[in-house]
Amino acid sequence: MRYVIPLGVFIVLVILLAIGLRLDPRYVPSPLIDKPMPPFELPDLANEAAVLTNSDISGKPHLLNVWASWCAACRTEHPLLMRLAQSGETSILGLNYKDTRDDALAWLGRHGDPYTQTVFDHAGKLGLDLGVYGVPETFLIDSEGVIRYKQIGPITPDILESVIKPMLEILGRKN
Amino acid sequence: MKKALQTFCFFLALSFASYAADTPVTFTSAIERERYEALLEELRCLVCQNQSLSDSHADLAQDLRDQVYAMVVEGKDNVQIVQFMVERYGDFVLYKPPVKSATWFLWFGPLILLVVAFAIVVIFARRHTRGPRALSKEEQNQVQMLLTQDQEP
Repeated sequence: MRYVIPLGVFIVLVILLAIGLRLDPRYVPSPLIDKPMPPFELPDLANEAAVLTNSDISGKPHLLNVWASWCAACRTEHPLLMRLAQSGETSILGLNYKDTRDDALAWLGRHGDPYTQTVFDHAGKLGLDLGVYGVPETFLIDSEGVIRYKQIGPITPDILESVIKPMLEILGRKN
Repeated sequence: MKKALQTFCFFLALSFASYAADTPVTFTSAIERERYEALLEELRCLVCQNQSLSDSHADLAQDLRDQVYAMVVEGKDNVQIVQFMVERYGDFVLYKPPVKSATWFLWFGPLILLVVAFAIVVIFARRHTRGPRALSKEEQNQVQMLLTQDQEP
C-alpha cells in the first residue's frame, strides 16, 4: 500500500516523458491557418516580365510549395511533387524562395518542373509574410484563397495520402 | 618590417570590414538602437530555437533582424513589431509567451507544483513531530490493572 503513491508518481512521469519525446520541437503551429493568403506582387520565375499576384492563383484548391535550389530536402521531396503533378489530382504553385533565377531554372531543368507557375521571391518577402522558416514548406490553399494546412519540411507519402489528399477532396467538393 | 606592417594593416582593415558587414545598422537616436537591441533579445529564432534573434547566425534570423530594423526606423512601436512577428510565426517567436488558456499550465504549473510540494512537506513534518497520543480513560485503567497485577505475586 505504501508503494502506491511513488508508483503513481512514477507512472505519471513516464507518461509525460513519453508524450514529450513524441512531440517534434521543430513543429511550430502556423498562425496563418484559416487566414487568407497574404497579398503579393512578384515576378514569374520563368518569365521575368510577368508579374504574379493573388488574382493569378485563386480558383480551385491547390498546393503552394516553397522551394529553393539550395535546399537539400526539396530534392528529396521533388519526385513526390512530380508524381502528384502528373496525376493531375491538384495543381501545384511554386514559390522559389531566396534563390537566384539562374540557379532555380537550372534546378527545374535538371529535376523536372511540377509547378503550374513559380513565383520568384528573391528577397524572401512573401516567405516572411507566410512565416516560412524551414524550406520546403507546403501550404494547402482553398478556392477562396484561404490557407487550410501547412506542411513544414518535405511532404511524405504518408502525409500526402492521409492528410493532403483527403483535405483537397473535401475542399474540392464544396464548390 | 614595412611589409609586415602592411600585412598587419591589411588584416586589421579586413577585420573591421567583416564587423561592419555583421552590423549594418545605423540609428538616428540612442532610443531607437536600444529598442532594436531589446526586440532582438525578446524574439526567438525559429531555426536555432534556443537562440534569440540577436544570438543566431541563421539566415532567417538575419532576415528577421533586417525586418525589425526596418520597422524600428519606420517608427513602428514595439507592440506593432511584435504583433507583426506573431501574425507570421505565432507565439513561438516570443521568449515570453502571453498568458492565455493554452499557456495557462506553463505560467501557473510551477506555482501549483510548489503549493503541492509545500503541502506534502507540512503533512510529513506534522506526522513526525507529533508525539505519542494521550491514552483514553479505558486504556489508562488497563495500564493500571496490568501494573498492579505485576506487583501481586
